[in-house]
Amino acid sequence: MAIDTETVKRVAFLSRLRIDDDKIEATKEEFNKILAWIEELNEINTDNIEPLVAVNNTALRMRKDEVTAGRCKEAVLQNAPAAEYDYFAVPKVVE
Amino acid sequence: MAGYIIETAKGKWEVVVGLEIHCQIISKSKIFSGASTEFGDDPNTNVSFVDAGFPGMLPVLNEECVHQAVKTGLGLNAKINKYSEFSRKNYFYADMPTDYQITQFRYPIVGEGEIDIDLSDGATKKIGIERMHIEQDAGKSIHDLSPTKSYIDLNRAGVGLMEIVTKPDFRSPEEAGAFLRKLRSILRYLGTCDGNMDEGSMRCDVNVSVRPYGSDELRTRCEMKNVNSVKFVMQAIENEAKRHVEVYENGGTIAQETRQFDPTTGHTKVMRKKEFAHDYRYFPEPDLPPLVLDDDYINSVKAEMIELPDAKKHRFVETLGLTPYDAMVLCENKETADFFEKAASGHDAKKVANWMMGDFFAMLNKKRLDIAQSPVSAENLGALVELISKDVISGKIAKDVFEIMSETGKNPEQIVEEKGLKQVTDTKAIEAIIETVIASNADNVAAYKSGKTNLAGWFVGQVIKMSQGKANPAIVNKLVRERLDK
Repeated sequence: MAIDTETVKRVAFLSRLRIDDDKIEATKEEFNKILAWIEELNEINTDNIEPLVAVNNTALRMRKDEVTAGRCKEAVLQNAPAAEYDYFAVPKVVE
Repeated sequence: MAGYIIETAKGKWEVVVGLEIHCQIISKSKIFSGASTEFGDDPNTNVSFVDAGFPGMLPVLNEECVHQAVKTGLGLNAKINKYSEFSRKNYFYADMPTDYQITQFRYPIVGEGEIDIDLSDGATKKIGIERMHIEQDAGKSIHDLSPTKSYIDLNRAGVGLMEIVTKPDFRSPEEAGAFLRKLRSILRYLGTCDGNMDEGSMRCDVNVSVRPYGSDELRTRCEMKNVNSVKFVMQAIENEAKRHVEVYENGGTIAQETRQFDPTTGHTKVMRKKEFAHDYRYFPEPDLPPLVLDDDYINSVKAEMIELPDAKKHRFVETLGLTPYDAMVLCENKETADFFEKAASGHDAKKVANWMMGDFFAMLNKKRLDIAQSPVSAENLGALVELISKDVISGKIAKDVFEIMSETGKNPEQIVEEKGLKQVTDTKAIEAIIETVIASNADNVAAYKSGKTNLAGWFVGQVIKMSQGKANPAIVNKLVRERLDK
């Protein structure tokens, strides 16, 4: 499958990455090179094989239901570009 | 039940509805972090570095959230999947700091199930559950504190959610309403979600489409997000269905879109088109291996299951002789059902049910009290019914006694004793009153003897009145007739 420039723009938008117009063509080529390499994997027959979710076979570890974190408002808000009244303040989000 | 049909000059239409319900899991800490789930704390208090999406932070699954989900799945008569996995749902929104939600996609923890809903005509209908998965909640955005900014509170970010998806089995607003009430009842019995739609701990997305009546096609649906009361869900279905019918009948088409329900007008308006923005690019969550449950675990949760509202309702009807309606009302919440069972224990259950459905609920309503705050205890209500059953007091006097019980909290035996309300069953005493009544109403005695026999009832009334309501009506009735016919 080959990627066109529209798809490059779309993926960039979905990833919130800005790609300048003069870079789109080059990005498209890079995408296609990567995909061509991945295409080689399609030579292997994967019929009736479930996609792999995790590479190591470790079982999922769970924790007890205990309150062990939080109550660290200052630390949490320290990296906020803007914080007001103990909230993160962001440009108005209107649907 | 009679079908819900939208009928216009041009034709008949049927509504097809499916629901997606987000239910906050009751747990002390969040689903993937150790921060508290406490509601109503100061902004950003119950937030860990995991919840705030700090780099390098890893999610660790809370075992209680899994436990609650399995319990809920069993309560929905659903298949528990021994294998489930977590996925990332990618989207950008300010109240989702990681820019992805950890959810379940291909393999949810709970599969197909079904629950019965109770309809107003006494019928029940089975509603299919498609699946239920667990995921994390987002934070909260506050848009009305500043004209230029939105404020974000992450206290809710990371609280565990169960998302229940139904099959498109609803054919009327009433059915959807009945389902939400039944679901809420089950969740509260189980203690897995508190089910408060107005506080947002249970949130409902409604999918609506219509089709010509009698056809089995599925047309384009529209989704209304976060409709926050049973009444609004019913209203949203009704109005959205009407909108679809109008569009179709005018030759238009319905676009698949997300719409917003406006509670003040009851109507819906478009929120966003389902196209570009809705590319969630799900992929398996690399930070969490699959969740694998074994039979021992599932059986241990099964062993904890308590009797749920439908089973309880059935038992109240079958073994206690209640009407299906009374049983349904008494079983809707566990506290009420428990109160009833305690009150009915050892007494006439049907009479206890009548008292609860009548004077008791009326009293709680009037005083605006929860059943847990009732001044009349279950034992005392049972004792009151026992006094009636044993002819110690009449039903009429019992109402006065109940009134005093609800004011003072005293037990009925004590009230009856103190106020001297015991029913008079002593025939000598009653005969004495009858003599007094007859002596002072010679004219009516004469009228009775000349054929106006329905005056007997009047005499009975006079005697009971003179006894201040305490004379046993059945005995008075018998003795009055005997005396008059002498």
